[in-house]
Amino acid sequence: MINDMKPEDIIGDYKEVMLDLYGGIKRLCLYSEVETPYPDGKLIVSTTDTNGIITHVNQSFVEMSGYTEAELINAPHSILRHPDIPAAAFKDLWDTVLRGEKWQGFVKNLRKDGGYYWVKATVIPNIRKGQIVGYTSVRRKPSRSKVEECIKLYPTLM
Amino acid sequence: MTFRLTVSPDFTPDHLPGWYIFNTWLQKQLGEGIHLEMYNSFQAQHEAIVKDQIDLIYANPFDAAMLVRERGFLPLVKAHGLSDEAIIAVNAESPAKDVADLAPGTRVAATEDPDVRLMGMIMLEPADLTSSNIDLHLCDTYVLVAKKLLRGEADAGIFLAEAFDDLSGMIKKQLKVLVHSQIGVIQHVLMVGPRLTDRRDELRDLLLAMPSDEKGQDVLNNLGFDALINVEDEEMEFMIDLMDTLNT
Repeated sequence: MINDMKPEDIIGDYKEVMLDLYGGIKRLCLYSEVETPYPDGKLIVSTTDTNGIITHVNQSFVEMSGYTEAELINAPHSILRHPDIPAAAFKDLWDTVLRGEKWQGFVKNLRKDGGYYWVKATVIPNIRKGQIVGYTSVRRKPSRSKVEECIKLYPTLM
Repeated sequence: MTFRLTVSPDFTPDHLPGWYIFNTWLQKQLGEGIHLEMYNSFQAQHEAIVKDQIDLIYANPFDAAMLVRERGFLPLVKAHGLSDEAIIAVNAESPAKDVADLAPGTRVAATEDPDVRLMGMIMLEPADLTSSNIDLHLCDTYVLVAKKLLRGEADAGIFLAEAFDDLSGMIKKQLKVLVHSQIGVIQHVLMVGPRLTDRRDELRDLLLAMPSDEKGQDVLNNLGFDALINVEDEEMEFMIDLMDTLNT
């Protein structure tokens, strides 16, 4: 379950765009230029089922996303999708994990309040008895130099 | 048949007698001979695991994947309320105020504890530091890591948070913490090997019941634990997946 973003949730000036998310979902995204720094020493952890529906989040996920745990569980992981991240990056993620391999990349995530935060994300398929039963995503603090590289690179992939 | 128990070589030295007391208690409870073998290094412990010489292990989370997926070990219990956390510290006089102030070529002192070193390296990543561009100084103990910082022989140190807390006040005063991990889910787990898996439920019941018995509680106290709690197979798999994402 994923809803359009609401103006009353947004902090500061914002732009809006209709995003096409994985699975044919359309979502109205409202986004600002307010960055939340990644907290030192923490990991953001979540698990999804094989369709990318969130089944578990840790407290850092809740704090950084701005959503409650109840809003996150059963929502598509693309609830974090920021319009500045090219679709090609997510296609590469899905192609990689569907092969049963680990994916890693630098991602700008969208908060409920329209702001954003950068992460270094690693997604791993959860393989149980030879079958992929879901995915675990672990985000950690990225280096500023890598983020700056992505800020230059990603617009060229849109 | 005598079984063999071992403990991850990164155990706190203060708790060494506690593991011998635990082993004596466990032998009585289980009615089996169990030999406690404490290895001096992770390498020596790995060699024993590969030779199938180990039946019970209080395992470092870094080794969990190998134990479960390659050697057929299964989780039993973990300590209640404890998790492995890492600290990056520098000499108090260091100009570095943040990890981001450290540059490639930084001399990093650490021990061989694999999960702590992994967490520490992740906390150095925001400074673009990796194992290929730091000058790693391996030390036998965390006290020696601290000494390297105090003598100016290393620029940053990776500590197990618990070991850092145990340093003397005098040493801690001369150090500065740059970052403290708050991961919460990386933890040592007591695991059972293939020769004892048929007694896993019995073992788990005994271990979980320890706080309800005076002797059991005393054994726990000697290990620095207040209670042991169950670890389900899926929880173990989750931790293995988590460690796998970090080890990239």
